[in-house]
Amino acid sequence: MRYRYSSLLRHFGLELKIRVERSSLTSRFTEAMVSTLSVAISLIIAAAIFTYQQIDPIIAYKEIFLSAFGSFDGITYTIVKMIPLLLCGAGLIVAFKANVWNIGAEGQLLLGAIVATWIALFSLKTAPHYISIPTMFALGFIAGGLWALIPAILKIKFNVNEVLTTLMMNHIASKIVEYLIYGPWKGKAAWGFPQTDIFPTNTCIPCIPNTRIHYATLIIAISSALIISILLSRTKIGYEIRVFGIKPEVARYAGISSSRVIILSMLISGGLAGIAGVGEVAGLHHRLRYPWAISSGYGYTAIIVAWLSRLNSIAIVPVSFLLGGLLVGGDTIQVVFRLPVNVIHIFNGLILLCLASGEILLKYRFKIEVKRHGTLVSSSS
Amino acid sequence: MKGIIRSFLLTPPEKSSLLNIPRGEVVVKMQGITKRFPGVTANDHVDFELRAGEIHALLGENGAGKTTLMNILYGLYRPDEGEIYVGNRRVKIGSPKDAIKLGIAMVHQHFKLIESLTVAENIALCIEEYKFFSHIQDVKKNIGELSEKYGLRIDPDARVWQLSAGEKQRVEILKALIRRAKILILDEPTSVLTPPEKRELFKILRRMAEEGCGIVFITHKLHEVMEVSDRVTVLRKGRVVATLQTSETNPKQLAKLMLGKEIPLRPITHTASLTYKEAPILEVRNLYVLNDRGSLAVKGVSFEVFAGEIFGIAGVSGNGQRELIEAITGLRKVKLGNIILMGEEVTNRTPKDIIERGVAFIPEDRLNMGIAQDLSISENLILKKYRYTPFSGHLFLNLDHINKWVDKLIKEYNIITPSSRLPAGVLSGGNIQRLILARELSGNPKLIVASNPTRGLDVAATNFVRSLLIEQKKRGVAVLLVSEDLEELLMLADRIAVIFEGKFMGVLPTSKADVNRIGLMMAGIEMAKVRS
Repeated sequence: MRYRYSSLLRHFGLELKIRVERSSLTSRFTEAMVSTLSVAISLIIAAAIFTYQQIDPIIAYKEIFLSAFGSFDGITYTIVKMIPLLLCGAGLIVAFKANVWNIGAEGQLLLGAIVATWIALFSLKTAPHYISIPTMFALGFIAGGLWALIPAILKIKFNVNEVLTTLMMNHIASKIVEYLIYGPWKGKAAWGFPQTDIFPTNTCIPCIPNTRIHYATLIIAISSALIISILLSRTKIGYEIRVFGIKPEVARYAGISSSRVIILSMLISGGLAGIAGVGEVAGLHHRLRYPWAISSGYGYTAIIVAWLSRLNSIAIVPVSFLLGGLLVGGDTIQVVFRLPVNVIHIFNGLILLCLASGEILLKYRFKIEVKRHGTLVSSSS
Repeated sequence: MKGIIRSFLLTPPEKSSLLNIPRGEVVVKMQGITKRFPGVTANDHVDFELRAGEIHALLGENGAGKTTLMNILYGLYRPDEGEIYVGNRRVKIGSPKDAIKLGIAMVHQHFKLIESLTVAENIALCIEEYKFFSHIQDVKKNIGELSEKYGLRIDPDARVWQLSAGEKQRVEILKALIRRAKILILDEPTSVLTPPEKRELFKILRRMAEEGCGIVFITHKLHEVMEVSDRVTVLRKGRVVATLQTSETNPKQLAKLMLGKEIPLRPITHTASLTYKEAPILEVRNLYVLNDRGSLAVKGVSFEVFAGEIFGIAGVSGNGQRELIEAITGLRKVKLGNIILMGEEVTNRTPKDIIERGVAFIPEDRLNMGIAQDLSISENLILKKYRYTPFSGHLFLNLDHINKWVDKLIKEYNIITPSSRLPAGVLSGGNIQRLILARELSGNPKLIVASNPTRGLDVAATNFVRSLLIEQKKRGVAVLLVSEDLEELLMLADRIAVIFEGKFMGVLPTSKADVNRIGLMMAGIEMAKVRS
């Protein structure tokens, strides 16, 4: 690769060369570097957008950072946003490791929310909270899992691409929620707004005092990340998921059932998204609301969370915290600078783009060499 | 319009000065090429020279640096030191694109074709660089003309995934021909071919050389060097040991140069007389199996494999061997007929069931089926064991036991690696095969199904694989050996069946087999007729 500065450098007797080589080994460090670089590059590109909007990017970033991490309230709010991201993201890691492209966490989350609402308002509205809340989590998991099972079965039986089915099923789930809140479940005390009545207190997940952190969900979220880490590295099914995800032909040769892997990975991934949905309605909103109000795209942001943590279910805990902070900061700059909500989605999109392009850094080794009068003075890779 | 397209198809993409180089003149000169990889110097000040119109063999063991050197010429790697001259002009080849512009073409060991496209579409793609639209009919016509001229049999409408390895290679050569390459590099081209296909390839190469093309032929097989090349350059451990006229050397001298010492080929004796008294381990009755295209690939095959024998299947690739093996190992559905394993019907059982009954499978496609390159060596080794105690409990893998067992296996099978945690993809070809053998043979199998187990391996690794198969046979294991290497079958097998278009042309004891007879059967003549 010839470098533009070469003529200048040669003037000083220097020669700069960048070599590109294929590499088969990638270290944790390079992986972390790619994630960090992706965020950094997206920040730079987004800065251009801010500047175009006549907003000083440094002030904007300061505002985002301070609102998310600069105060007690900010941090608690960041944690509130982190909970669904962590749950959905941890589930997606399982699916992505199995090379099953679940884009449907958003819909699976909504299914969990629907089931939680049904329990809170209709079936267990008088039950004590030590019964109603575990039931919500359990049924929320099942509902999200079953919703994810439909694309899984279509993939196994008819070889239908799961990207399309999971994505389309998000819209179906969203329409079901809309139907419920405009129709049969419309609240009597909701002043005509499209939302259900507020949940009875015995069905609300308790919060840490003075915050909106529904800690039961937070504990489930963090422990599921840990469990998934163990599941993938230490268990038989985790091994099967990884083998199948890396090479289906080898899995078949080893007698690993592809249907089992696809079904289990979709169940886990959908189930965890379902739990996130339970947490959102029973822990935060205390009613079923307009789909976008419940989730605001957690299911999609979780895809970025999963890839940013490079499918590492330990790294995903801090990553989801950071991305939660970004969502909080996004809300703030919308208000402060009167920016449209999409600014933060642009930012998310940029991260994903940079991550995808960063893949190439993992496949190749870049070596920078500086030669002085023909002799190598420095070499780094 | 058509005329314009045809004219671009038929004229070379770039008028390079190469075209005027007369036969016998130097077209490529590589001087003092050095290439270092982390921990290893793959090429150490290598000088190499190719003349127009010659077939130049590049001989050396696995890891001698042959492929690295040619990858440098093709622009896949950049040399750390050294100069390259093409047609007396010093060139820098930064990418394969540069190489192609210079008229260099390379046929890799692993083909660079798009599996889901047809032959014609793949070929159209390689000329697409010069024009956005191209008429597929013209490409087909072009393919037809070239196939006729060089005797390359190929169906331009077949999809690449349906082709056998030999046919895919022909597509790659066609790509070179259609680009009018002046320099053709072939990386171990015969490792995927059968004897007749090999002869055909050599004929094509001769023809191309006569027209002034310079051909580099990478190989580690001595008899091929003797058979096809004009000159030979021998590499050992990244250095050039000698460049000789083929007519002035002999296999013995080449072997000595290549290996650095004389290694006598291990003489292997057959079991003199096998008595088939016991019930067979594997019994295949009137088997019919479909291929990926949905047409019959195995048409009524019946045979038995007994304990303590190696049953060989010879045949040109693509005559149903793959489908037959996949049916036996449970990877492919059987259309009709029965597979009986140790007296029990196992037709259309799952691969897992077959594995559990003690069938080991050494697949032909090591890199795509034999191992997952991104998984660690240790994880690749437990592929068929992880489900069972003591490798795992109900839920968890027993990592203590796994690690101990893996370390033992690595030592026992002499897999050379600094750590069992490295991805299996970093291993060399021979070591990958050792890994597969370690995994498959460690479970005390009853039946071993091996498909071309020594393809592409160097002498040492080949001997290792062969001696392991013999050892297993002596332990009383039944071995089904499918091989396109006839010498290998004559050396190892007790009985040899010849398959042609999905049918057995006959089964004969190796003691009564000879190359000519089997060759005729491989061409589709039944045994009875061969005799008369």
